[in-house]
Amino acid sequence: MEVAAGGGCGAGPPLLLSESEQQCYSELFARCAGAASGSPGPGPPEATRVAPGTATAAAGPVADLFRASQLPPETLHQITELCGAKRVGYFGPTQFYVALKLIAAAQSGLPVRTESIKCELPLPRFVMSKSDAEIRFGNPAELHGKKVQIPYLTTEKNSLKRMDDEDKQQETPSPTMSPLASPPSSPPHYQRVSLSHGYSKLRSGTEQMQPASYETRQPIGQPEGSSSEGPGSKPLRRQASLIRSFSVERELQDNSINYPDEPWRITEEQREYYVNQFRSLQPDPNSFISGSVAKNFFTKSKLSIPELSYIWELSDADCDGALTLPEFCAAFHLIVARKNGYPLPEGLPPTLQPEYLQAAFPKSKWECAIFDSYSESMPANQQPCDLNRMETSVKDMADFPVPTQDATTGDDKQALKSTVTEPLPKDLSEDTATNSGLLPPPPALPPRPCQTQSEPVTEADLHPQLNRAPSQAAESSPAKKDAPHAQPPSKPIRRKFRTENQTTESQEPAAAVGGAASAAVVKPHPTVQKQSSKQKKAIQTAIRKNKEANAVLARLNSELQQQLKEVHQERIALENQLEQLRPVTVL
Amino acid sequence: MAVCIAVIAKENYPLYIRSTPTENELKFHYMVHTSLDVVDEKISAMGKALVDQRELYLGLLYPTEDYKVYDYVTNSKVKFVMVVDSSNTALRDNEIRSMFRKLHNSYTDVMCNPFYNPGDRIQSRAFDNMVTSMMIQVC
Repeated sequence: MEVAAGGGCGAGPPLLLSESEQQCYSELFARCAGAASGSPGPGPPEATRVAPGTATAAAGPVADLFRASQLPPETLHQITELCGAKRVGYFGPTQFYVALKLIAAAQSGLPVRTESIKCELPLPRFVMSKSDAEIRFGNPAELHGKKVQIPYLTTEKNSLKRMDDEDKQQETPSPTMSPLASPPSSPPHYQRVSLSHGYSKLRSGTEQMQPASYETRQPIGQPEGSSSEGPGSKPLRRQASLIRSFSVERELQDNSINYPDEPWRITEEQREYYVNQFRSLQPDPNSFISGSVAKNFFTKSKLSIPELSYIWELSDADCDGALTLPEFCAAFHLIVARKNGYPLPEGLPPTLQPEYLQAAFPKSKWECAIFDSYSESMPANQQPCDLNRMETSVKDMADFPVPTQDATTGDDKQALKSTVTEPLPKDLSEDTATNSGLLPPPPALPPRPCQTQSEPVTEADLHPQLNRAPSQAAESSPAKKDAPHAQPPSKPIRRKFRTENQTTESQEPAAAVGGAASAAVVKPHPTVQKQSSKQKKAIQTAIRKNKEANAVLARLNSELQQQLKEVHQERIALENQLEQLRPVTVL
Repeated sequence: MAVCIAVIAKENYPLYIRSTPTENELKFHYMVHTSLDVVDEKISAMGKALVDQRELYLGLLYPTEDYKVYDYVTNSKVKFVMVVDSSNTALRDNEIRSMFRKLHNSYTDVMCNPFYNPGDRIQSRAFDNMVTSMMIQVC
């Protein structure tokens, strides 16, 4: 049964809608109109009343809906024009239906024209929505698109506001939903629907789980549902199977989905970076960083002391004066957020709580377990085998142990480092397979990276691998620095902070050695791509490093001045006492 | 009702003072200051016998105002002074002690923060919150 919808409204071509489409559209229209004022547009006869929100779908929810269709804005503009809303100035039912049909056409790849709506089309797909019909036609495939490669930070920050609004409009899904962000044992899947990516993805992913429950309850328009769900059903089934096997994460993600605090969620890449930094301060990931060490480290972030003090207060949950790995990650994340302009929260956000972090990222523990096994048995032979067992992308690194076993000099290390930097940026741009492979090579080995460079000979005899691995650790940070370089320059602040951190850390042990380290980084390697850009980066690194050194010295200076003042005062006090005592003795 | 809570350092300068009725703040500061003399007297009287959970009950300092001043000294000679309103006679000794214990715990948490230099004013929000809760709850 076909329905000619709103042909008499005088705007747009006559619409032929199938039954399911009619139902879907009317539902959507009701939602959009109801979201604004509560009374859906009755229809064309009331078109004379142009009061927005009474007879029409309000622009706000409609705009959100259109945005949720994930079409580019130009297309949306075109659609809005074509459907006639621009002409008449509001979204009546006709315009709305036409618009939805055009959206469906656009999503199917047809050009946005009035002719396209004449043919049979699948229902339009929207990313975020709580209406059943839309969920049914929610598109899992598009969600797992290449957007993952876009820097998550932009997604987080730029879409933060919008997402917050959207979040407020929606409820969290029912408990039957399961998370999509599944853990390590399905790395590709995780990468595509990673926590870092997004709240919208997560929610849509979870909402896709809802059809399972919704279908039983509301058998509406099943025939179309099944047809358009065909492509969607397979990913759904796959996800369902994955989800069933990870019940622990499911509970976690249930909690996580309820937290619309995007900036306080630690992404996988951030997490790796934090873990690496932790390891640079404290080789054993299961142990603590002492307060003084952490203080020195965080002071480099150049935040004010009261702020740092407050951040510490937030993150040191057990108030023991030392930071475990999750506490450290939380503190680091807070610092990063603060540097990027976010105000500090009143309390520790739930996504930063140590228990949450520990459970949400068991992968790191898994890797830590592997590192512990590394540190326990350190024979040189074992490491290549272990490394080889890692993900394929690490093959390059796995090859390193063999040829560079004899490498003890700085030159060889530099060669190693430069070759390490080559796969590392590529690794970061690939899937999780590479991400998980990225971490293992810089294992939890005691010697500090720069220290090994300064003492190549002594350590070389015992543990050539030790030298290699910390240098890899040193290079993982600059590699990470390079990786963000490779990505669109949308997170300059963080990159800068990282670089500063990394460069100042390298400065700490020995300025000369730090210089050697950065010089090694700076040294252009013929096999590395983007050679000139690397040189530029090197110069920028040097500049930043010098600035950082300046800042550190200035701070030192101020502290010393303060101490000097205090000592002066003490001296004055003592002299006064002496003066008072002297007449007494004389008399 | 605890109208004023103060943390005094070993050298007898205040690390933290907070009072609820802010119009009388100066008066409370003065009361706390005078109580320090009594505290010192008691400390010297104790001699070698170091008691970690010491308590000083001054009774009515100002008969008209009906305040009681309690004091608690730690091993590191950090003094916690609490001024309470005597109209609230429901306050028992144990409650005072428990309040001091909470204060002490919060204080050690503040100390654990590596960014806190001993001798600085206490600016920890957690400590503030705890003190606020104590001042409101007791009333």
